[in-house]
Amino acid sequence: MITDIQTFFRELANSGINLTIFYDAFDFERFITGLGNTVLLILASTFFSIIIGAIGTAILTSGRAFPGFLVRSYVALFRNTPLIVQMYFFYFAIGSIMPVGQNELGLPEPLLGSFSWAVISLSLYAGAFNVETFRAGVGAVHGSYEEAAFALGYNRRQAFFAVTVPLALRFSFASLSNNLVDLTKATTVAYAVGVAELLYVSNQIWSDSLNTIEMMNVMLVIYLVLTGAVVFIINRVEAVMRLPGFGLGDNQ
Amino acid sequence: MTTSNLYLQILEWMPFVLQGFVMNILMSLLAIVIGTAVGTFLGLGQLSLNFTIGLPSKLLTQLFRNAPWLVLLFYCIFLMPYQVNIAGITIELPSWLRATIGFSFPVAANFSEIVRGAVKSVPRGQWEAAEALGYSRKATLFRIILPQCLTRMIPPWMNLYALLLTATPLSMIVGVEEALGRTQAAVQAQSDSRVLIPMYAALLAMFFLYTWPINRLSLVLERRFRTK
Repeated sequence: MITDIQTFFRELANSGINLTIFYDAFDFERFITGLGNTVLLILASTFFSIIIGAIGTAILTSGRAFPGFLVRSYVALFRNTPLIVQMYFFYFAIGSIMPVGQNELGLPEPLLGSFSWAVISLSLYAGAFNVETFRAGVGAVHGSYEEAAFALGYNRRQAFFAVTVPLALRFSFASLSNNLVDLTKATTVAYAVGVAELLYVSNQIWSDSLNTIEMMNVMLVIYLVLTGAVVFIINRVEAVMRLPGFGLGDNQ
Repeated sequence: MTTSNLYLQILEWMPFVLQGFVMNILMSLLAIVIGTAVGTFLGLGQLSLNFTIGLPSKLLTQLFRNAPWLVLLFYCIFLMPYQVNIAGITIELPSWLRATIGFSFPVAANFSEIVRGAVKSVPRGQWEAAEALGYSRKATLFRIILPQCLTRMIPPWMNLYALLLTATPLSMIVGVEEALGRTQAAVQAQSDSRVLIPMYAALLAMFFLYTWPINRLSLVLERRFRTK
């Protein structure tokens, strides 16, 4: 079976379409590693960015002045500067003052590698967008729901977590899926700090095998599939969490 | 070296970095012009009832909207010729110009969606009212719907421009001499790890000071147009 596939792509290479990743074991392994790193980047950054978004929104809705100002400054700063510059700032500038450990050979090794910095920077970037998304979701929940919860004897905190948050989450899905698609696309920027993700390994492969066009097309298809998968998953989650009778999208 | 000397030294490099930032602004301005022009056609194409125009417009929009900017940039850098011959005249395509064209694709696709979204945001009743008054579909679109859409399209268009500007330093990867590349060069030339944080912070500040007012203004305009 595998040899059949390899033979097919070898013959295809003779006819001009050289997809080394499907018949060369070394290229295939590199490519799968890159794909795995990209998926890992997406999953880790999604996880942390949603947590950042949730914490930021909780602080903003708590109504305290100074923490609220800090969150708003964070959002403004990360939304209005380029992701690649942020990543450079973290990796090169902040990384230069981080403590340096030692690896087993006794050579100096930074505590955080490029992958960790990429996750930190992507999470903070997407987190800033998620704060705005969740904040808008909370704003979209009509005040009467909270009042009804108060009337039933809930205090502010209980009403927020038991009533406002579950409804706000359902209002946030459309915008959240947009943010996560942007995050998926943004993982390519990790290339700049040397994370061996999909773009990085593809670049290595086309430098070695001189099949730039083919690899670029493969990469484009994979990113379209990845963004499609993100949208599909969010839509599934949204469908599962839908409340019967709670009309979303038709102005409540 | 004392701290004040360090800051003087960084200040000396600022004109060099700022010149690079002018390059970012130039690329973003050119790309927004190309992208908006192409995006207008794509957006109107998406609204077409003609299958042969509507479907390709939708496909192209989705393709360029969902592909990472960096991947599109690589396409343009590696697959576009270094120079083109048109009627015997040779036009050089330096890497900054090819990068700018690379940025124009996602801008066009995003603007196409802005056009479509703005037209869809006009209540259906207006289409029906125009039809009742005997307007053709074309006349309804150009004389009734689009004039109302223009103001609604400005805030998202400004956001798109801000997004584009913050994407321009990606062109550093493909060797365009802009602010980020120049900052990196300046840091290397000074060979002093203490300048790293202030240099990159200054670069972040540059982008922030340019982009933040645009996004603020867009927010203000959005609120104003909404109440009407």
